Amino acid sequence: MNGVHDMGGMHGMGPVVIEPNEPVFHEVWEARVFALRRAMGAWGKWNIDATRHSVELIPPAEYLELSYYARQFVAFLELMVQVGLVTRAEIERGLPASGAAKATPPLTPAKAASLIAKGVPTSRDVAVVPRFRVGQRVRARTINPIGHTRLPRYVRGRTGVVDRDHGVFVFPDTNAHFLGEKPQHVYSVRFAARDVWGDQASPNDSLYIDLWDDYLEST
Amino acid sequence: MGHDHDHQAVPSDFALRVKSLESLLVEKGLVDQRALDVLVDSYEHKIGPRNGAHVVARAWSDSAYKQRLLADADSAIGELGYGGMQGEHMVVVENTPRVHNLVVCTLCSCYPWPVLGLPPVWYKSAPYRARAVIDPRGLLKDLGFEISPDVEVRVWDSTAEIRYLVLPERPAGTGGMSEEALAELVTRDAMVGVAR
Repeated sequence: MNGVHDMGGMHGMGPVVIEPNEPVFHEVWEARVFALRRAMGAWGKWNIDATRHSVELIPPAEYLELSYYARQFVAFLELMVQVGLVTRAEIERGLPASGAAKATPPLTPAKAASLIAKGVPTSRDVAVVPRFRVGQRVRARTINPIGHTRLPRYVRGRTGVVDRDHGVFVFPDTNAHFLGEKPQHVYSVRFAARDVWGDQASPNDSLYIDLWDDYLEST
Repeated sequence: MGHDHDHQAVPSDFALRVKSLESLLVEKGLVDQRALDVLVDSYEHKIGPRNGAHVVARAWSDSAYKQRLLADADSAIGELGYGGMQGEHMVVVENTPRVHNLVVCTLCSCYPWPVLGLPPVWYKSAPYRARAVIDPRGLLKDLGFEISPDVEVRVWDSTAEIRYLVLPERPAGTGGMSEEALAELVTRDAMVGVAR
């Protein structure tokens, strides 16, 4: 979707301020949001693409107003309600609906340690023929999907060269909407900065953007 | 607490709302609080930029390791015991006198957790995500780091599940230093590309 999250190239966002000796979490609640999202993910009701899309669905003014963990929290509530893990009434009351059976948490401490150590790979060991090869000129397609996509607006319609083939990965545009993994090749595509931004960019500079097969077309 | 996140307001009731949600999820048997503690403790105390500094210092000290790191980052980083969540597929990009690399995630906040830990606020902020791709030299200059016009700046936008780590240039005059001493010189910001 053409949301405010897709902010590469926007002006007027202000200076980058690096906080010296920044703590990992500024507030206890941020740490709890971080951990709750992972623990609830163990129910297998969503995937990483769906979680990203849930954040993108926050209205633009609110998205820019909220801090990172506040956005994560707001989106997380919507996702849990959407998949039926909790109801809005339960969230409002902070108590389970009466008569609800108590579940057994899937993420035990041992499984949390294993999740951290192993992660959740999104590469897929399936034979998929790559549509492009390293060194080939390609164009990022001009598409404007209303749903989730990882094709940034600033590169649509631009031409670059395939720099490397990362292998086969789950496709976010379908996976985020629970429409299947549609595994396909992901490439690092090199774009000359001037081909993306015009003459204001340095002639020496380049952008490397990871793009799925379905985002690309031959030139 | 009145903490200000890059000029974004945090409504004061978040602490209460999150506490209430956690107690609901525990009551429903959906989460185990001991698992939450494992997650928080790991990223607060165990997994952070010292891991990446170890990788960089090893690459500076051992040219065979550096070659393995650039060719297959996952297994080379795995040799030192690092890997896992949000670093399932890592790539290391090398700074040289001719090339400077900068990593960003314009669409959200993708970052190589096993080697750098969780991303700092500025990395996830609109100013960084917006500007890194269109004006990397201006951004770096504002941070006090000017790049010569004859150096190529490569910006890596983490749009997929590949996570990038910058291998900074080894500082001059460090010839006799041990790997442990070298690791002390490596900063998080250098491994993202916003510092030397």
